[in-house]
Amino acid sequence: MFKLVKRLTSVVAMFAVLFTFTTETMAAKKSKTLKNTQKKGFVRCGVSQGLPGFSNADAAGNWTGVDVDVCRAVAAAVLGDASKVKFTPLSAKERFTALTSNEIDILSRNTTWTLSRDADIGLTFVGVNFYDGQGFMVRKNSGISSVNDFKAGVSACTNLGTTTELNMRDFFNSKGIKYEPVTFEKADEVVAAYDAGRCDTYTTDKSGLAAQRIKLSNPDDHMVLPETISKEPLGPVVRQGDSVWEDIVRWSLNTMIEAEEYGVTSANADSMKTSDNPAVKRLVGAEGELGAALGLDNEWSLRIIKQVGNYGESYKRNIADTGILPDRGPNQLWTKGGILYVPPAR
Amino acid sequence: MNFKKILPQLLTLVVVIIVFGFFSYNAQVNMENRGITFGYGFLTQESSFDVQFSLIEYDGSHSYFRAYLVGLLNTILVSVIGIIFATIIGVIVGIARLSSNYLIERTAAIYVEFFRNIPLLLQIFFWYFAALRALPLPEKAEPMFGVFFLTIKGFFVPAFVWNNLDIFIYSVIAAIVAIVFVRLYAKKKQENQGIQTPVLLISIGLLIILPLLSFLLGGVDASIQIPVIEQLSKTSFTYKGGLKLPPELISLALALSLYTATFIAECVRAGVQGVSKGQKEAAASIGLTPNQVLKLVVMPQALRIIIPPTTNQYLNLTKNSSLAAAIAYPDLVLVFAGTALMQTGRAIEIVSITMLTYLTLSITISIFMNWYNKKIAIKEK
Repeated sequence: MFKLVKRLTSVVAMFAVLFTFTTETMAAKKSKTLKNTQKKGFVRCGVSQGLPGFSNADAAGNWTGVDVDVCRAVAAAVLGDASKVKFTPLSAKERFTALTSNEIDILSRNTTWTLSRDADIGLTFVGVNFYDGQGFMVRKNSGISSVNDFKAGVSACTNLGTTTELNMRDFFNSKGIKYEPVTFEKADEVVAAYDAGRCDTYTTDKSGLAAQRIKLSNPDDHMVLPETISKEPLGPVVRQGDSVWEDIVRWSLNTMIEAEEYGVTSANADSMKTSDNPAVKRLVGAEGELGAALGLDNEWSLRIIKQVGNYGESYKRNIADTGILPDRGPNQLWTKGGILYVPPAR
Repeated sequence: MNFKKILPQLLTLVVVIIVFGFFSYNAQVNMENRGITFGYGFLTQESSFDVQFSLIEYDGSHSYFRAYLVGLLNTILVSVIGIIFATIIGVIVGIARLSSNYLIERTAAIYVEFFRNIPLLLQIFFWYFAALRALPLPEKAEPMFGVFFLTIKGFFVPAFVWNNLDIFIYSVIAAIVAIVFVRLYAKKKQENQGIQTPVLLISIGLLIILPLLSFLLGGVDASIQIPVIEQLSKTSFTYKGGLKLPPELISLALALSLYTATFIAECVRAGVQGVSKGQKEAAASIGLTPNQVLKLVVMPQALRIIIPPTTNQYLNLTKNSSLAAAIAYPDLVLVFAGTALMQTGRAIEIVSITMLTYLTLSITISIFMNWYNKKIAIKEK
């Protein structure tokens, strides 16, 4: 009898040990990317070669931007330090290959979420951190005030290997206008060619136009036309096949947006631990065990908010205060008339 | 069988197979892990992107394969233009470097040293952005001979509008075939009877008469279309009608020819200097005119030295044309390994096709140049 009890307890204990072991590390075990990142001690993040507001390096090599902040949030969640990110600047052409060939673990480079990219080439889009749309920039003195003023023979400068090339064709085709596409690999060359007068218009995502306009020799001589010809939901991308890593990146981004929704900022995050609202308490890790499901500790989301800030702070710091797009437009919370809406963290 | 002789060959073969096997296995495993499929089926899909400059009819409703052809033809076009101009400039500069005129010789030397010591990509950027800065806007362009317009948006030239172009082309081909036969006949006649035939006159005559006949009898008709300025908006203009060469093509061809010409110039100089002085003196002493000395004695021998290294330069030029991607000239790399790769995500397939294409181009040039080299080599009887 005694023997049986002893055996039973040992079996129970074994199961208990096994169970806690599995719940704690199953996620970490399943995710090769998470394990490798923790081993290396930094997050490998692919960004643009310089797009102010999204991912841009200053003279000292410090990267800033809303795309950069996504990677910083992941670093804060996974490694506890938002500065532990290694940035790799990539051209539009290189970006997916860099991700699928394991050079980077997150691609956060104003990349449009499309079906074929998501389904076909081994990528998974985890969310949207900027709702954008393609627009046109023209010279103010050209008298063009709408996309309907374009005439056959118009030459349009743009970037190679982007959805822009496809949208441009759809747009001009639907208008029945023959146009001349001039496509460059690097954004700086597009700007230079447009600036010199090689093209009548420069077309890319509107946020990009606003950001690149600053680089023109006389920014005030140019304007962005009011029309938007496409949907460009931009967001971070990960490799297909590592669902835990995918979840970590997705919920790091969602945490930033939800933090803004509940008014949690980098300044007040610590004091929010004692909030009356259970959703807020969950968000700062004072309630629930949400971190464990991702293979992380329970303070992961608190670190994101404290070190990187919420989405609104990131937007203000990178895009609004730099004068690129002071008006948040669709990138406002759903509660304030925008379309930013994320699933609840619970 | 000598085992010792075969062993190294076998080992090499095994190593090659293992290396290739490892890489393809590795690629296969990784692609499978990431859910990437492999296949060339995408080539028949609609490409849905446009290209600014194409030698064949193309728009986004055509297939990716058609886009590949567009890129390939553009690569061939800029390579052919580059090779022709590089050869002309190279020969002139190479001979100028041998000139006894100090000023000419120094100028040629400075040109060679300057252009061959600056990276090509930099030169391409220089010519492109220099051209963009220096060229006038379409509305301000001064016409050359009244019909050519060199502007920032391209070089607009008059175009021929053909009726029954194919008949005209057949007549030209017929003329060329006829000329080949006339030459063969003339050669035989000279060898057998020692009678010279005025081959050149007959050739020119054939080249004029046959196409002319196609105009008179074949219903061929050509008219010239002159570019006309057109307003796109208050401040923006372009030209309609006629043919348009994009500034990207012009600056790329210019950069490639100026760069490669320096190397060809050195080949030419080496070739001419490689013919010993005694040959010239001997030729002169048997009464050949200076022209004949150059044509019959010096050049045939110099060519044997010039051709092999020049072949290398032609190959380099063709491969260097892939730098076009930097300045938006829609060559194979930009159109196919650029846009098409991005839109389909088929990196391995597209890069392999692109590599094979460049390989084929290079080998074709090599085979042709080797044939030419053999033709002019010393024939030992």
